[in-house]
Amino acid sequence: MIRSQQTPGIRTEQILKVQDLTKMFGGVKAQDQISFSIEKGIVCGLIGPNGAGKTTLFNMITGIYRPDAGKVVFNGKDIRKTPVYRLVKAGVARTFQHVELFSSMTLLENILVGMHVRTQAGFWAAVTRLPAMKREERQSRRRAEELLEFTGLCADAHKMAGDLPAGRQKTAQIARALASEPLLLLLDEPAAGLNPVETHALGKLIQKIKQSGITMMLVEHDMSLVMKMSDKVVVLDQGKKLAEGTPRQIQSNEAVMSAYLGNG
Amino acid sequence: MTDNKKTIWIEYLVFICAVSAFGLVTENTYYLQIMTFIGINTLLALGLNMLMGYTGQVSLGHAAFYGIGAYTTAILSGTYGMNPWLALVCAVAAAVLIAFIVGLPTLRLSGYYLAMGTLGFGMIVNIVIREWAGVTGGASGFVGIPMLEAGSLVFMSGAGYYFLVWGIVFAAMIICRRLLASRTGRALRAIHDGENAAVAIGVNTHFLKLEIFMFSAALGAVAGFLYAHFVLFISPESFGFMFSIKIVTMVVIGGMASVWGALLGAAVLTLLPEVLHGFAEYEMIVFGLILMVVMIFMPQGLTRGIMDMIRTAGRART
Amino acid sequence: MQEIVQYLFSGITTGAVYAVIAVGLSMLYSSTELINFAHGEFVMIGALAMVTLWVRIGLPLPVAMTGAVAAGCLLGLVFERFAIRTARNPEPITLIIITVGASIFLKGVAMIIWGKDPFSMPSFSSHESIEIFGAALLPQSIWIVTAALVLAGGIHLFLKQTLTGKAMVACAVNKKAAWLSGIPSEKMGILAFGISAGCGAVAGIFIAPITMSSYDMGTLLGIKGFCAAMIGGLGSLWGAFAGGLLLGILESLGAGLISSGLKDAIAFVLLLLILYIRPGGLFAAKEAKRF
Repeated sequence: MIRSQQTPGIRTEQILKVQDLTKMFGGVKAQDQISFSIEKGIVCGLIGPNGAGKTTLFNMITGIYRPDAGKVVFNGKDIRKTPVYRLVKAGVARTFQHVELFSSMTLLENILVGMHVRTQAGFWAAVTRLPAMKREERQSRRRAEELLEFTGLCADAHKMAGDLPAGRQKTAQIARALASEPLLLLLDEPAAGLNPVETHALGKLIQKIKQSGITMMLVEHDMSLVMKMSDKVVVLDQGKKLAEGTPRQIQSNEAVMSAYLGNG
Repeated sequence: MTDNKKTIWIEYLVFICAVSAFGLVTENTYYLQIMTFIGINTLLALGLNMLMGYTGQVSLGHAAFYGIGAYTTAILSGTYGMNPWLALVCAVAAAVLIAFIVGLPTLRLSGYYLAMGTLGFGMIVNIVIREWAGVTGGASGFVGIPMLEAGSLVFMSGAGYYFLVWGIVFAAMIICRRLLASRTGRALRAIHDGENAAVAIGVNTHFLKLEIFMFSAALGAVAGFLYAHFVLFISPESFGFMFSIKIVTMVVIGGMASVWGALLGAAVLTLLPEVLHGFAEYEMIVFGLILMVVMIFMPQGLTRGIMDMIRTAGRART
Repeated sequence: MQEIVQYLFSGITTGAVYAVIAVGLSMLYSSTELINFAHGEFVMIGALAMVTLWVRIGLPLPVAMTGAVAAGCLLGLVFERFAIRTARNPEPITLIIITVGASIFLKGVAMIIWGKDPFSMPSFSSHESIEIFGAALLPQSIWIVTAALVLAGGIHLFLKQTLTGKAMVACAVNKKAAWLSGIPSEKMGILAFGISAGCGAVAGIFIAPITMSSYDMGTLLGIKGFCAAMIGGLGSLWGAFAGGLLLGILESLGAGLISSGLKDAIAFVLLLLILYIRPGGLFAAKEAKRF
């Protein structure tokens, strides 16, 4: 079972608040004063035409880019200057568009690396191999196997991560991100390249993760998946926030329509 | 690459048998000497191997840690009469501290910066050894290094020292293996496979690289210590830029990210000058060519490159 | 006081040489994101080629100079073609070792061709030294500084005014965008290597009269050139130039006022300081990576 650090569904506190977020690359405004917030326990969809700045936004929330202006507040703390590894420890995890599993390791080992922030054993523990270290290893392996079961990847535990078919690799990436016990999970195009059966399974997995209390933010082009899964949708276009609301509100929003139709 | 426990123990057994057999059977002191040097060089290669193979960083001044190890023990035990084993602790501490200072700012940046930083640092150490003649003996070298003793046992050159060195090599191999099979080792392999993903998953890559750099410095210092108490006379020539390059070549030949590869690389590089007479003239051309050709065509190292070629050839034939 | 002026003169002289080396290195990095550890060997080739062409064979000065520069450029192009472009894995670690290997290889070849003994070379003009403020200014120094300024200025104009030069800058700023605009980035890389190697050779030509030339002169000079480029900020043309001058002056003052044995250590200490405090260099802005 996924260990999560909150009770699901009751509170409506904000877990993430983005305020006037701006990012420039050279002379181009990749993000222009973007503001929105996400309540704990929901699934928030992030959509927009290509080049709208969705991945850039993810990168700023996960600490890979520093914003030029504006604030990112996670769980009440301003995280603009936090290094990535500390952010992961605080509970932010993400997956990438292009799967970046560790190809020379098995799937199980990949999950174990995902647990890096939640485990202790360092240099000296590795060298001396005292009982405490061995205990931690056993516990870690057990948790990793639980995670694989949760995501339906048990059979592949000892296969080389690079040898898995593309669809399972995407699921594996999510499992690895879950291993760090996040409060907020950012998924960057998890359905890209999946067939309808796999997409359906992904939807089920997202529901399972939501039930365990983890807040999610989802960048996707698959509209039906986003609208079905999300409690709230944020629309970006050319670096600006175009709209924010429930899926139904967004679907009937004229500005959103023209942005999509206008850009093909 | 998870090693089967049984395989590891068999490997260790073969290793122990081979080393012991050679040491007990061989009477020729020249051969014993060569093998002892291979052992010392293996320690150097092991340390650099961990750094280059898993963190993707190059140290072009590794001979400096070797020199720090050798000169620290020479000065402390030779000039000041300190117990050499205590001097060993000091030597390792000095090397680790310096590695921390050099690595802290440079490992945060791309691979070029550590390369340049270690290159510059290696040169500084060499210059300091040369200029601080009052303490180090300068360019004429340092005489009067005491032999190692443990109780009533004196480690003189020959079988005694041979077993001492190879015992330490064995311990170092176990440490490296344990490191790689642990949480730290997984994080290292993750950095090797995809640093961006490793960062995104929460690995503090900067700290890990620094740790490994300090570890490689420690091994280098131990090698220097063993060298000093073996040859009993040291001079700056042995710790210069060319030797740093030789250590890199050992790792390149043996294969990066391979514990046995370090041993192989050290063996090849120690034996090469002995086998090819008149080698000194062409030393630079040979090393330069090896480095270039191997890294251009087999960037994962010569051994792995050859194994891959054999594998592909075998597959083509079936 | 007179001594300080003397140190300043010699410092500016060596500084100008470092500047030319640094400009070549910096320019290559700017265009290809590669730091060439073999750069110093182009300096060595330039110097030793001059020794052969001008002193041994006796060709007229301008011909010998052209020949030496051509030798450097040609070597640079061959190097790029066979060592860099064919590399299967162009990660920093791989390229570092390739260029280090090339550096040693070239040293070894040079040792076979020219032997181990260093060569001296006469100055380009046989005028007497000029006296300024009680210190002697060698005419060779004027040659060197002039050449450095002309070279740097020439490259500056090339990059800012000519179409090819602007294309090169575009490549340096954003390779993909440049490629999309039709700029052949591979050809730009080749050109960058040629110019960089040529710079190295020029530096070698001008340093040969004031120091002894030998097969192993390149290592130290290459490292010092890198230090200078780092001081000024990697990728900045005039930063490299200023860094070179600064390094030369500091070295000269340090050697004269403190100790001559530690002269070489000054460059490395400065390098470590820069890496520690301001890896972007003294003159470059935080994100600037181009000219």
